[in-house]
Amino acid sequence: MLTKRIIPCLDVKEGRVVKGIQFLNLVDAGDPVELAKHYNDEGADELVFLDISASREGRDTMVDIVKKVASTLHIPFTVGGGIKSLEDIKRILRAGADKISLNTSAVLNPQLIKEGADFFGSQCIVCAIDAKYDPENNRYVVYTHGGHEKTSLDAIEWAKEVVRLGAGEILLTSMDSDGEKKGFQLDLTQKVSRAVSVPVIASGGAGSLDDFYQVFTKAQADAALAASMFHYKETTVGKVKSYCKQKGVHVRWI
Amino acid sequence: MIGILDYGMGNLFSVSSALEGLGVPFIISDNQAKLNETDALILPGVGAFKDAMTCLEDQKHVEFIRSYAKKKPLLGICLGMQLLFEESEEHGLTKGLSLLPGRVIKFSGFSPKTGKSYKVPHMGWNTLSIKQPESCLVKGLSDQYAYFVHSYYVHTNKPEVVIATADYDVDVPAVVGDGQNVFGTQFHPEKSSECGLSILKNFIEYAALQKQTNA
Repeated sequence: MLTKRIIPCLDVKEGRVVKGIQFLNLVDAGDPVELAKHYNDEGADELVFLDISASREGRDTMVDIVKKVASTLHIPFTVGGGIKSLEDIKRILRAGADKISLNTSAVLNPQLIKEGADFFGSQCIVCAIDAKYDPENNRYVVYTHGGHEKTSLDAIEWAKEVVRLGAGEILLTSMDSDGEKKGFQLDLTQKVSRAVSVPVIASGGAGSLDDFYQVFTKAQADAALAASMFHYKETTVGKVKSYCKQKGVHVRWI
Repeated sequence: MIGILDYGMGNLFSVSSALEGLGVPFIISDNQAKLNETDALILPGVGAFKDAMTCLEDQKHVEFIRSYAKKKPLLGICLGMQLLFEESEEHGLTKGLSLLPGRVIKFSGFSPKTGKSYKVPHMGWNTLSIKQPESCLVKGLSDQYAYFVHSYYVHTNKPEVVIATADYDVDVPAVVGDGQNVFGTQFHPEKSSECGLSILKNFIEYAALQKQTNA
């Protein structure tokens, strides 16, 4: 039986993993390759690296990191952040990443999803969607540029559109719950998961072991992503899995 | 020495880095004379069946692979495994290498058993159910989770070529073989942690054994 995936996310800036709250007060958290190995040993099913480098040099460093991670680890990993062209996608995939994630660039240029999927296959094109609840219109709205810019896109409609264009997976972040540690946004996750035929990774809000159980069982997420909960060692991937397993959720058990 | 066939459709980096990690010498090449010198051949593959067969035909690799598999072990990975079968319905019916009996078809996305729809691609870690524990490829697996990413799967009426399956609405052939030199895995062994590495090791050991026997 297919298992639910637990995915730690690492923010990488100029070649180092950083931790912070909503991109503020960043502190150095170590070497990406070492941390990746640490999570792998804990039983992570996959990893996501988010490149938040501000410079060209930083992005070049990311390619080297991808190469090192690919030769050290034998689990799939995704790289996102600052990927704007087919050439960028090629560079990251050739370096050994299994998937790339598009966010702002997918909104600005939806054809990039199609071009990437046609060229490399849907399996390696992840579309990241940052969504926030709009109470006035009772809908979820897509944001870009790391959550700074509001678009006119409806998150559920946009999710359908990116799948139609060829995205093979959706990384869905609820901006309302991100950093709050009060659980994943179940309503949004469930709506998107039901609307599309591809797997959905829920992100934003993980604060307790039960939050993972809830998002898998109540919102039909295929995978759950967390950053700070793992980075600050509030829990481990193993503990999350053990909890979910005990509650009857299928997880990869090593 | 293991050969990896470079025909323009594979994720060569991940296979080669896994072999590097296992300390196994390998070459990545499209040169048949060079590949003929190797002890076993890996046929990687990511992308669509039709494009891959076109590449293999254009580069005159079809006959080469068939004759290689008569003498030495061959391992197809992911799309590379699907290519070993007779035909695929992906993007119009396309003939495959016909080394194994069966046809590649798409997951329907709807389960008649449960009356519910399910997600396509089949993506993530799934458990292997070993059908032929005596097969050299699945010997002593430490765990049995493998990482899958595919929208098409093999349908075969010959259970003797199915070494292991994964349950995704249907019994998906996950490890296949003809009982001789032809092997395939639907998942990526190089991305399937310890389970995948064990399978790669088993294949390499089998190749070494064959080399001795033939010598």
